[in-house]
Amino acid sequence: MKSTAPLFFAFIVGVIVLLSEFIPHSPFNQIVSTLEGWFMIISGFAILLGQISLIRMNTHKIVHKLDNWQYHLAGLISFGLMLTLGLLWGMQETPGILGDAPGIQAWLGQKPFDYLFDNAYLPLSATLFSLLAFFIASAAYRAFIIRGLESNLLMITAIIVIIGRTSIGTMLTGWLPENLQFWHFPNLADFIMEFPNTAAQRAILISAGLGIVGSSLRIILGIERSYLGGDK
Amino acid sequence: MISIMNTFGIWLAAFFTLCIFSFLYKDNPFYKFAEQVFVGLSAAYWLVYIIYSIMVPNLFAKLADDFSGNIILLIPAALGLMMLMRIHPKTQWVSRYPIAIMVGTTAGISMLRYMKSDILQQLTATMINPFAAATTAEVIGNLLMIIGTICGVYFFYFSKKQEGVSKAVSKVGIWFLMVSFGATFGYTVMARISLLIGRLDFLLGDWLHLIK
Repeated sequence: MKSTAPLFFAFIVGVIVLLSEFIPHSPFNQIVSTLEGWFMIISGFAILLGQISLIRMNTHKIVHKLDNWQYHLAGLISFGLMLTLGLLWGMQETPGILGDAPGIQAWLGQKPFDYLFDNAYLPLSATLFSLLAFFIASAAYRAFIIRGLESNLLMITAIIVIIGRTSIGTMLTGWLPENLQFWHFPNLADFIMEFPNTAAQRAILISAGLGIVGSSLRIILGIERSYLGGDK
Repeated sequence: MISIMNTFGIWLAAFFTLCIFSFLYKDNPFYKFAEQVFVGLSAAYWLVYIIYSIMVPNLFAKLADDFSGNIILLIPAALGLMMLMRIHPKTQWVSRYPIAIMVGTTAGISMLRYMKSDILQQLTATMINPFAAATTAEVIGNLLMIIGTICGVYFFYFSKKQEGVSKAVSKVGIWFLMVSFGATFGYTVMARISLLIGRLDFLLGDWLHLIK
């Protein structure tokens, strides 16, 4: 019962959504929009569940003084601080429990949540991702080391796209005559992006789409049930 | 006062930027600290965002404004609370109901959406007359597009062992995929470099005022 009833529910809602596509009239269209609204609310709770899990994991490490517990404490404090500021005084145009805090805004120049977002979250996020610029160089060496035709293709395309999308590309082949303009780096990069790249992306989309349709059908029919977890 | 807090904000941002960059030397306490602060801030940011953009307008505000008119919203609220029961091992099974409803809805929506946008529309866009183009380069491009799409899709056909002619077709598919991965890699490199330039611009301009 604990496993069968959820499968039944998945089947019912899946079939209703499918039917609504072929019967776009009341009550099916209303049922689908209602289900989509419910989906958003439940996914909000699912995110809350993820945050609770994060707090539990960090608390466990801090209480048991596991390795690097001090850093997890810092993480928990920053989580609590950002959450409290957001709930109390809101974010951007949205007021919080205590309103818009005009006094604090006059002091900080913006809401406390937005201040923390602009001066801590945003720099951390941008720097973490920019760090990849360094590691991508070593990754590129390993990936591009000439092993065969495939790795050569990857390397040559990447170089053409990088050069073609920067000013150096225009500078290097800008002198080419009109009848050889196809080999001008920016034009070559455009050609690669427009044709071979689109072909491969299209192949990926079609193949992945077929896979998604198959998986969805398996879920609706109850063949795929791994999302329910174990038999506890 | 705003000016002082603005300066403090710039110093805070510079501190976190340097903490992250310190990882280039080796893993160290400053990096670990900044990394965990980022995890905490990120989690809280998304939670606050979800509360204000989804939970409040779609659930709490509607129930507060007209409870009896929106009483049906108690069902997703109850399902959401059932989802939270996953925290405790003994009540974990209760969360299967909201998960099943979410997965069922997603499966139904995805099946139709991907069938239309990723299969039918892409197939339609590939079924073109390659010779109806203005220039030779476009004709070659159109031919490459058709061949690349067919061979690429064939590469993902795993139900039968690929040998002989089918192996050759699959090989051509791999070449097209490699070209695409190369282009994607090139774009990723450029995006990361521009982020790096942005951070260096902040450090040398906004923080140290060495560049204008």
